[in-house]
Amino acid sequence: MINEEIDASTLADSQKPIAEFRNVSKRFGSVLAASGLNLKITKGEFLSFLGPSGCGKTTALRMLAGFEAASEGDVLLDGEVVNGLDAHHRPVNMVFQHYALFPHMTVAQNIGYGLKQRRPRLPKSLITEKVGKALDVVRLGGYENRRIWEMSGGQQQRVALARAIINEPKLLLLDEPMAALDRKLRKEMQIELQNLQRQLGITFVLVTHDQEEALSMSDRICVMKDGKIVQVGSPQELYDRPSNRYVAGFVGTSNFFDGKVTRIAGTRASVLLENGVEVEGSSVSQVSVAQSVCISVRPEQIKLHRKGEGANVKVLNRIFLGEHTEYLVKHETLGEFFVLSPRQSELNDGPFNTGDVLFASWEASAALVLDSN
Amino acid sequence: MSIRTRNWLLLAPAGTLFLALLIVPLTVVLVFSFGERAPAGGVVPAFTLEQYANLPARWTAFKNTLTLAPIGTLAALLIAYPLAYFLAVRADPRWKTILLILVIVPFWTSILIRSYAWIFLLGGRGLPALLEWIGIDGVRLINTPFAVLVGIVYGYLPLMVFPIYVSLERLDKRLLEASSDLGAPPWRTFLQVTLPLSVPGIATGCMLVFILLMGEFLIPAMLGGGKVFFVGNALVDLFLQSRNWAYGSAVAVALVVIMLITVTVYMRLLNRLGASRDDVAIM
Repeated sequence: MINEEIDASTLADSQKPIAEFRNVSKRFGSVLAASGLNLKITKGEFLSFLGPSGCGKTTALRMLAGFEAASEGDVLLDGEVVNGLDAHHRPVNMVFQHYALFPHMTVAQNIGYGLKQRRPRLPKSLITEKVGKALDVVRLGGYENRRIWEMSGGQQQRVALARAIINEPKLLLLDEPMAALDRKLRKEMQIELQNLQRQLGITFVLVTHDQEEALSMSDRICVMKDGKIVQVGSPQELYDRPSNRYVAGFVGTSNFFDGKVTRIAGTRASVLLENGVEVEGSSVSQVSVAQSVCISVRPEQIKLHRKGEGANVKVLNRIFLGEHTEYLVKHETLGEFFVLSPRQSELNDGPFNTGDVLFASWEASAALVLDSN
Repeated sequence: MSIRTRNWLLLAPAGTLFLALLIVPLTVVLVFSFGERAPAGGVVPAFTLEQYANLPARWTAFKNTLTLAPIGTLAALLIAYPLAYFLAVRADPRWKTILLILVIVPFWTSILIRSYAWIFLLGGRGLPALLEWIGIDGVRLINTPFAVLVGIVYGYLPLMVFPIYVSLERLDKRLLEASSDLGAPPWRTFLQVTLPLSVPGIATGCMLVFILLMGEFLIPAMLGGGKVFFVGNALVDLFLQSRNWAYGSAVAVALVVIMLITVTVYMRLLNRLGASRDDVAIM
């Protein structure tokens, strides 16, 4: 997925992050919106802050933009502490959630706004030229003199994007930029944003509550909860090796079975489930004996058979999804869980119907032993 | 009931009032203005332009109105804008309502009583006495154009504050963040974003205050002490004292015409301002 060249260049630059949070906390009155944030943002990467509303992701973004000052700790841009630096002095630009385009200006005036603020002044001809180029980049050539209210939602978003990138910022901040678009347009914009990021080489920092959006666009995702960073990693890392139950549930879907650790052997751990059955799983993070944990198994990791080994389950519901079929099955003591079967495996055993009694099994390596929090 | 009938019903009360209390009286005034003076008030029907030819005799009243109304409007704007800005943008939301009520509290008392207060404040034992105490002698405030100006600005300030407040309150604060994000320091954000977007409020406030000032008579009468005459005072004099209805009607018609012309020019200017912003590609 990740472009090889960018990978190489990020490695070379990784000594000096383009932006950094050093033990940053932010208080609004008695509310702790962000606490103990530590994060390095690498030059040229596409990083997403992912989490539900109120998790502190927007606060983190606003501290990068300069709209909020950290209560504790340091925010660094390009190696310099910028704690007290006003937004208008920061080499950072933002695409706002509802675009925040100036309604009394034309498309060209909106896009040229940042260049117009430069001191010493840039020649008008240069601004006009750059505005034209920026419009071409977002495929809105010829729309210079349109009014903002004459543009559709998707077009407005492109204007907002052009207005930000024309300044060649060190960081482009995107605050839920796709929230107001319909599903189809959102998909298109996601691809376009990714292409744009590679083309321009600007570091993108996205804030979103949409896991699909974060998974499909980011080089790295920073999962947040209650003002804290829970885990940072590539989409694959977060999906395959979530550090706890929260991340496993937020990045993709998973089935969880609660239990207690009985034995640990290397990366394997035995867990006594609540129904008295002991199962083996692989621990991706530190767990200790007697700790309350949960076993997380992705629906696609569970196999259903007509005969053989495994837990006895009954099919409660079946949803045909084309390439896959999703089953809701019920085990007598484990309760209900989801299974996602690829079409191919079904062809062997024939499709399963509601009411069928089957065997469900999974590899021990697919069962992750996770901290219950 | 058809939509048409319902629409007419919606318009009926206001329409009737408009017809009975505006169109009819104005027509009467227009007809009177071409008549001749009757000895004990009233008008002798005629068609003469004599009353209009006499208008220059009341030049001072027109001059006072046409200078003090625009100056008063401008002064009210300059005082009201920062206040409205503070209320809409800066004030703590918890205090906002109380502060807004404070702006209209003066309206709970009659302007007559408030003007009496100003007579005292600007009179010999008020502000001038205070100035004398710190060594500035011989300042006369009451019965001067300045006193009238103070009175009208004070009286009409809330009418200027509220439209501006509303337009600033409605202003999307994220636009200010966007401007700052794009590199504009606060004062340039104000000039390029806040101010242009509050023009509708400024326009409404100026219009309201200006039109009302053009017809003002109470404040000049009380604080101008018969020395600073407005057209409104001339009308009171002509209709109630000299009982010259025909001439009074001509003065009234002249005032209405002047107002119509000013307001039309004003609207044109505003429209052109709005339109010219469209044409400029990048300012």
